[in-house]
This record gives sequence, C-alpha cells and structure tokens, in this order.
Amino acid sequence: MSEANPAISKNPPRRKRVGLLATCLIDTFRPKAGFASVVLLEQAGFSVDVPVQGCCGQPNFNGGDEKGAQQMARAVIKTFSDFDYVVVPSSSCAAMIRVHYPDLFPDDDEVAAMAVALAEKTWELTSFLVEIAKVDALDVEMDATVVLHDSCSGLRELGIREQPRALLGRIRGLQLKELANPEVCCGFGGTFCVKYPDISARIAENKIADLQAAGRCDALVSTDLGCLMHLGGTLHREGSTLQILHIAEVLAGMTGSEDSD
Amino acid sequence: MHVDPDFKNLSAKALQDKSLREALDTVATVMPLIRSKALAQLEDFAAARERAREVRDEALNRLDYYLEMFEQNVQAMGGHVHWARDDQEACAIVAQLCEEVDAKLVTKSKSMVTEEIELAAALQKRGLEVVETDLGEYIIQLRGDKPSHILAPALHVTIPQVIDSFNEHHKIERDRPLEDTDQLLAEARAVLREKFLNADVGITGANFLIAETGGVVVVTNEGNADLTASLPDTHIVVTGIEKVVPTLDDAGLMLRLLARSAIGQRLSNYTSFFHGPRRENDASGSGAFHVVLVDNGRSDMLGSELQDMLRCIRCSACINHCPVYTAIGGHAYGSVYPGPMGAVLSPGLADLDSARHLPNASTFCGRCEEVCPVAIPIPKLLRYWRKQEFSRHLRPRAERYGLGLWAWLNRRPVLYQMVQRMAVKLLRSISTSGSDGRWIRNLPGAGAGWTKHRDLIAPAAQSFQAQWRKRTKGDGA
Repeated sequence: MSEANPAISKNPPRRKRVGLLATCLIDTFRPKAGFASVVLLEQAGFSVDVPVQGCCGQPNFNGGDEKGAQQMARAVIKTFSDFDYVVVPSSSCAAMIRVHYPDLFPDDDEVAAMAVALAEKTWELTSFLVEIAKVDALDVEMDATVVLHDSCSGLRELGIREQPRALLGRIRGLQLKELANPEVCCGFGGTFCVKYPDISARIAENKIADLQAAGRCDALVSTDLGCLMHLGGTLHREGSTLQILHIAEVLAGMTGSEDSD
Repeated sequence: MHVDPDFKNLSAKALQDKSLREALDTVATVMPLIRSKALAQLEDFAAARERAREVRDEALNRLDYYLEMFEQNVQAMGGHVHWARDDQEACAIVAQLCEEVDAKLVTKSKSMVTEEIELAAALQKRGLEVVETDLGEYIIQLRGDKPSHILAPALHVTIPQVIDSFNEHHKIERDRPLEDTDQLLAEARAVLREKFLNADVGITGANFLIAETGGVVVVTNEGNADLTASLPDTHIVVTGIEKVVPTLDDAGLMLRLLARSAIGQRLSNYTSFFHGPRRENDASGSGAFHVVLVDNGRSDMLGSELQDMLRCIRCSACINHCPVYTAIGGHAYGSVYPGPMGAVLSPGLADLDSARHLPNASTFCGRCEEVCPVAIPIPKLLRYWRKQEFSRHLRPRAERYGLGLWAWLNRRPVLYQMVQRMAVKLLRSISTSGSDGRWIRNLPGAGAGWTKHRDLIAPAAQSFQAQWRKRTKGDGA
C-alpha cells in the first residue's frame, strides 16, 4: 500500500479556526443568537472561539469620534488577528471591519496593513456560510411563514441579499415572504434612532405598513439585531405579538422561547 | 448662505403635517420606480456613472483651466463673464447689470444658486419687479414661501392652497373658474406670458457650462427658461463655478444621466444650449449675454475632503430616495439644499454651527450614494462633518462624553463586564415580564429617545460572553 488513506491519517487537516465577534447587542440582549451562530459554524466544520472582546467601534466611527474608533479597532484587530476567519452575526458590525477599518489608519501603515488583513478575512454570518463554508443543506424544520428584513449595511456595503434567502430556502416547512420596498431603511440607524426618535418612528411606520401588507406571517427575521430591536420594539408597543428572530436562530433551529434569556 | 439651526422643531412640525406626508409618500414610492425604469434603458448605467464621475472629477481637478477656457469662449461670442466671490458680490453684479439697462421687470427661471444667494430679494430691495417663471417657484413666490425640494419646489403646497394664492394675487377679471390643475395651469400661463413679453432682463441658472464651446446648458420641463432667456433683451446666467464640464460630448453624457436620475425621463422636455448673444442672422435670442460665476464657499471645498460633493449635478435622486427626507420634507432642513446632498453642502456653504443637525439626521442607509449618478460618497462626507463637529466640540457634552466613555470602557474588558452587569441589573429591575418576555416601557435620560415610540426588550440576565465562558469552562476547555 503506497498511498495513505486520508481517513486514518495521523495528521488530519486542521479545522479552520473562526473567531466569533458576537456584537454588543447580541452579547447583551440576545445571547441565543450568539450560540446559534456557534452551532452553525461548528456544523459547517469550523472550530469556533469567542475571545474576550469589546465593541467594533461603529458608534464612535459614525459619531465622529475617530480617535475612539481607532482605539477600539486596534483592540479588535489585536484580539482577532490570529484566527483564520472572523465571523460577525451582524451586517453593520461586519461592514465596520470589512469596509471601514482599512481606511481608519491613514497615518499608521503598520496598523493599516493589519486592518486590511483582518478586513479580508471578516465575514457577516450568512455570507460566510454561503460563500466560504458553502453550506448547501440544513437539517432544520420550521413550520412557519417568515418575513426577511434586509439590512442596509448588508445590501449596500457588503452585497448581502441572496445569501440569507438561499439559507432560509433550505429550511423544511419555512415559507419566505418578501416585503415591498426591501431596499428601504427601517429607520434604526444606530444612535440616530435615539437622537431623532420621531423621525425614526415615522420611517418605521412605513416598514411596518409593508410588513402588514405582506399578510399573515409568524416571524420577522433579519441578519441585524439592531433593526430587529427597533422594529420589534415598535411592534411590541403597538401590541403586536409577532415573533422577532435573528437569522442565526432560525438557521440553527433555535426558535423556541426556552432559554431566551 | 443662511441655514435655520432649529432642525428639531422644524422636523417635528413637518411630521405633524398630513398633506406634506401625502406628498412625500408619493415621492418615496413613485420617484424610485420611474428613475430605475429610465436608467434601465441605458445600456450600462454603472459604466455611464463611472464615466460621469470621471468627467466631473476632470473638470474639478483643473477647474481654473476649464473656467478660463469657458470665459474665453463666451467672450469670443460677444458675451461677458463675471466672477463673484460670494452671495453679496453676485447679487451686486446682477443688480448692476439690471441698472445698466434701466430694467424694471426681471423674469427668472428656476435656479438653486439664485435661491442660495437670495438674489430675488436683493433685486426687489432695489425696486425691481422679479417674477419667478417656473410654476412651482411662482407659487412659492406668491405665497412668500421657500422651496422644499430642489426640483419640485412647491411639493409641499396643496392644490387648494394654490387656488387661494392665485385668487389672492391675480387681480385680473377672470371668466374661467379655478378648480382643477388644468385651469390653474391656464391661469398661470396667461399671467406669466405677459411677464415674459414685458421683461427687461431674464435670469436663468445653468445645469452645465461647456468649456470647449462657451455654451450654457439649461434644462426645464416647462420651457420657461427658454422664454426667460430669449425674450428680454438681456440674459443673465447665474451659476456656481463647479458646473463646468470640459466638452460638448461630456455635457451629452451628463444630460442622459440627469433627466433619468431626476424624473425618470430620457431627456428633459426642454434642453437648451445658449451660446452668447443673438448673432446677426439669428431668429431669436437676447441682445446681451452675461454669465455670473458664483463661488460662495465652493473653492473652499475644492481640494478638501469635501471636493467629491462638487460633482453634484442637482438631480435630486438622493433626496427622493432618502428615508429621512421623505419623512420630514425639505423645509425641516432649514436650507435651500435639503436631503442628503443638502446635509453635506449646507454646513460647507453656510457654517457647521447652524447646520450641525443635518449631517447627523441620517441613518447612513447608503441609498443616496447608491443612486447618485456621479457616485458621490455621501455617507462618508456626512461622517466628515460629524468628525468636524465632534472635534470642534459642537456636539452636546453628554453625547461627546458618552462616546468617550464607551471607547474607554471597551478597551477594559473586566471593567466593561462589570459595568455591563450593573446596567443589565438596573434595566431588568425596571422591566416587566409578560408571556412574550421582559420588556422596558420607559427609559430615563438618553434612553428616553428609545422608549418614546418603542419598547426595549430587556437584556439577558447573563451576557453571551459570560455564558460562553461558563460553558467552555464546564466542558473543560
């Protein structure tokens, strides 16, 4: 026997290591979406770690505090540089790293190079599952009609439109309904929704009108928890009981209300 | 340029206006549709856009060269070019030109630069009668109002309001009723025809200046600019220095993108190229031809981080696609330039102190940049102003300190987690539990902005990171 059987090789190919940047919102408000992300990545054959981590700096970057954003980005770069991939279950946080980190250090070539390197291996969760992990089957069943809300950062900064739809299409029993005007913002906008609450609420009204026009559905799903907390909170204020789910929870089959804390 | 700093109150007022909301909903639903339909007719919009960006950049990177070429070509045709450093100088030049021909009546076609420099008011102060001839602008003028959209200035005005204005201001004997839009149009046409025929000076703006020919391109859908420019003996073009493009071909490209982006048309109903005064054998045209090139803050943007904004061709696609503009309308911005393009321009042409809300009142959804026919990175430019605002300490102290504290805490994980635990405890203590989880209905301080219109889902008792570490420790990892 001249050729080694790869199945009994003593040195199987190392599983690629993914660092999960869980995002501040998931960390604080929706741990389940974090665990669902881990499940999905492990199912796809990756080894996952969640290093001690802070915010990516997006609020400071968008708030004009460039120095603060740089400091936070440095910390994230340091924390995540050694992973093969960094996966983020949020388009806007992923876009912060992928799109904005490379331009954040015009006066520091060394850090800028590290920022570029990190940007190149950082992915939003659904785009990672489709484009890198090539996930084409999900052993999940969900007998429900769901509406997908596209994130603006996903659509326009990362080109994420088909990836979440492709994955949701793999779930047995799931019916996906499309909103009219899917490319229109929901009015969240990070700190915008707190600084200009009346305008934000007015924009949300349109999205909720589109949601209602879509007819009966069981859950609102998105790649971004910020939009979901904003729309879900508005719906809850109006007395709606529509279920609000992060897409990771749907894809991992973790949509029950148990251990929602 | 003047900007009303009271964005908060102006926008609050706008949100209460039901008829405005109807008009804005129409903009938000109809304009994106007709724009994308019209652009789909282009073989390759992305390529045309890239070429348009290059054309505008070429003009801006060698602005002095192209403006001088334009000036020489205008002069060679017997026209005159005047350079105005700011609004006052521009108004003074135009007033002087009017005085020289002993003008009494001035007709004007729509021009955002003349709005910016408040030209009509300046001329009226000197005793001239100034009549806006764009129907929307005319309505605005009668009402003593301000435009709320750069292409559809009277967007916020209702038909009954127009009827009232016409009845109030047109003291002519009228044997026709004023009830529907056709009748209103006939009325406006009858009144404006008289003005066109009797005007001594006609003032237009310019959509493009063509360096290689000395041509001035003006587009309208009403034809009013042509009557304004051709019937009086003097035609004065008032426009910004950034409007120049190098060649006639370049202007052709820009026109194909402009009308499609603006109103979903292949070409505006009237697209006119004015080249100097009437020549001997010309059938029509003005006797004297003047171009007033206005700087008014533009050259400060040139060569700065804001230069990309000078590519703007005032198509209003960003405005029509903006979730904030289509929620609050144009008046809330307190500036003649509303929406995303205005939020970048206004702090530059006026000052950041009075316009500081405008770059902040954006969700950064990025649709403005996506639809811009000259690919202006509007979110990036809005962020530039936020950076300026932050570093110049124009932001309220609580916001500045809040961001500073956030950055500081996030680099100290142990402390961050401690603060997070305390905050979570506090938030959960004010939450109420129901069948659909724990929710918070009222938050104090900055959080009140969240709970004004929405509930906040209560944070988890234990953070994801804390739970993860517990689990992985439990696994012996």
